[in-house]
Amino acid sequence: MISRNYLSTALIPGLPFLGFVILGLFGRKYIKRFSGGTAAILVFLSTAMALLTAWDYFSGVGPTDTNSHPIDVGDITWLPLGSNLSVHMNFLLDSLSLMMIVVVTVISLMVHLFSIGYMKGEARNPAYYAFLGLFTFSMLGLVMSSDLLQMYIFWELVGCSSYLLIGFYYDRPTAVAAAKKAFIVTRFADLGLLIGILILCYQARTGEYHKPTLDIRELVYVLTHTTPSGLFLGFPLISWGLLLVFMGGAGKSALFPLHIWLPDAMEGPTPVSALIHAATMVVAGVFLVARLYPLYAEATDVSRIIEYAGAISALLAAIIACTQTDIKRVLAYSTMSQIGYMMFALGTAPDTNWQGYTAALFHLFTHAFFKALLFLCAGVIIHFVHSNEMKDMGGMRKMLPLAHVCFLVACLAIAGIPPFAGFFSKEEILLAAWNSSKLIYAIALFTSGLTAFYMFRLYFSIFWNKPATGHRHKLPFVMSRPLIILALGTVFVGFIPFSRLMVYAQYPDADPHESIGLNAIPPVLIALLGIAIAARLYYKENDRPAKWAQSIRGVYTLAYRKFYIDELYLFVTKKIIFNLMGRPAAWIDRHIVDGFMNGLAIATARISATIKGIQSGKVQDYAWFFFIGIAGLAVLFIYIVT
Amino acid sequence: MIPLNYILFLSTALFFIGMYGLFTRRNMITMLMSVELILNSVNINFIAFNKYLYPEKLEGLFFSLFIIAIAAAEAAVAIAIIINLYRNIRSIDVEAADDMKF
Repeated sequence: MISRNYLSTALIPGLPFLGFVILGLFGRKYIKRFSGGTAAILVFLSTAMALLTAWDYFSGVGPTDTNSHPIDVGDITWLPLGSNLSVHMNFLLDSLSLMMIVVVTVISLMVHLFSIGYMKGEARNPAYYAFLGLFTFSMLGLVMSSDLLQMYIFWELVGCSSYLLIGFYYDRPTAVAAAKKAFIVTRFADLGLLIGILILCYQARTGEYHKPTLDIRELVYVLTHTTPSGLFLGFPLISWGLLLVFMGGAGKSALFPLHIWLPDAMEGPTPVSALIHAATMVVAGVFLVARLYPLYAEATDVSRIIEYAGAISALLAAIIACTQTDIKRVLAYSTMSQIGYMMFALGTAPDTNWQGYTAALFHLFTHAFFKALLFLCAGVIIHFVHSNEMKDMGGMRKMLPLAHVCFLVACLAIAGIPPFAGFFSKEEILLAAWNSSKLIYAIALFTSGLTAFYMFRLYFSIFWNKPATGHRHKLPFVMSRPLIILALGTVFVGFIPFSRLMVYAQYPDADPHESIGLNAIPPVLIALLGIAIAARLYYKENDRPAKWAQSIRGVYTLAYRKFYIDELYLFVTKKIIFNLMGRPAAWIDRHIVDGFMNGLAIATARISATIKGIQSGKVQDYAWFFFIGIAGLAVLFIYIVT
Repeated sequence: MIPLNYILFLSTALFFIGMYGLFTRRNMITMLMSVELILNSVNINFIAFNKYLYPEKLEGLFFSLFIIAIAAAEAAVAIAIIINLYRNIRSIDVEAADDMKF
């Protein structure tokens, strides 16, 4: 690759940040009506630049190509912490970060455009677009970070903007509660992330350079070339660090058991759900694990945990999704399920030579397209019906033909029907699972059947089920174009030779050996079976779904109640933590900490009350004190000191 | 020539008369006059020591001149304050001006 100055790529996150600053400071007063347009133009420029950079980077990549290597955009020593450790601010361009940049900017642009139509007439539009800009900026900063602490900063910024956007309708108590829940749960997980980062940084000390480091590439290099030292509870410290980092990722990516915030996060505006809680932010955990993939590949025990956490999330979420009636919640659980897929693909690291890595990232890439498309279609439907409930919909195929087609395409993609995007990525994941463990493969296969079932349950309930009524409803330009673009993406991105682009550029000895052959048959068959069952139950309005639910009542209620995980959390927090820790802590705070402070204040008041008489306001009293003082000093100096 | 002791007696007496006046009088003008007495006793000390101990030097003289100038300025300021006070509280009794307390 021709060497050139990549400093301009700092504009990719810079432009959305500029949008945030402009709209945040001047939006309400000066550019209220054009806030959406302003934000969209800035994000468009950023997207164009991202696509150009990615084209530039990937156009030369191939198995024989040794020129493509990670590019540093500009290295700034931000916090020198002593002689051998410093925190850097740097943007790193490699195949992973460029792939994420493309996903984030493209989806963000689509969501911005869609929002212009969807949020029309909203009074707080400038704030909305400012938050979207802040989110885009922080997400781009996160994926481009080359330093773990820098990444952590952006990680928290992403959490913050997610909080702001979930709670955008702050006059709704449910939205406020959901925002708080999302923030607290992810914050709790981030505690693990921070400790994990510190452990890894400290562990690097035992490596080749004998100094701690926060730089990701250096860290990966150093830690993969040392034998682990230092045990804690029988496991190497590196494993603990990686596990804690994964905990942070699991919180952000809504993996079991830290998933409880994601369904509630659907209280935010629907385009926001498409951007943050489906396509970009929730895959940050996947991205984080992928960033440190060589380390996870060596830590076998941690990879097992990731594999099972992912598989359990995928299965659990798919089962819950089959029973929910709020369409956005179904989509939220499906997101959780798909992220579970990506995670267990990454967890196959020790058994598959980079296969799980490319599979997970490929799925991340395709999932971003079809899930954003699903959410935007849901946005159109909700915009039209003014309800999230499935029972208020049905027979809408005539009214919203475009949304109908797009939704169908996205459903086929997520169900893994060829030749749509989801098929290719899901095949790769299933292949990686097959190579790793048969149990995981079985879970994945069953989940993919469930996925097809609940997605088509949604599809048939919305667009068929009841006789088609009403006449064609025309969508505004800004709302229809993103749907079309994303639908085209959903159809075609599966054909990108993904594993070649992702891996060979950086790790030429890796062998992701993708091959789709006979192994593609069972998943497709099981997906078709899922679709067939969904069609039988929901194609026309009938009493079969109710009967089926009745026959498996116990399981159905369990799934409908989300396996009582929320209740379990409430029990643990309210009954156990509040009573056993909160109350004693409150007592100590009120009586001992406050008591000490109040005691100090009372003592001060008493003392001042007794001695304030000295301050009589009479000049001659003061003169007396002065005279006595002088006399005392005179006595001191004349008779005692000398 | 008058012995130094006599002059020092005079200045000490003046100083303590001034001190007594400052502490016992309630009239601000009288207090100001007492302050002048104290300053003048110091002046006498300066002059006397200069004259008797270091007749070839002039520091004492200069200091007393300096103090006279300061005293004049101080009297001007003090009287201005007293007049303002009188305008506000219709009195020049120090006991009456006791607003600035705890």
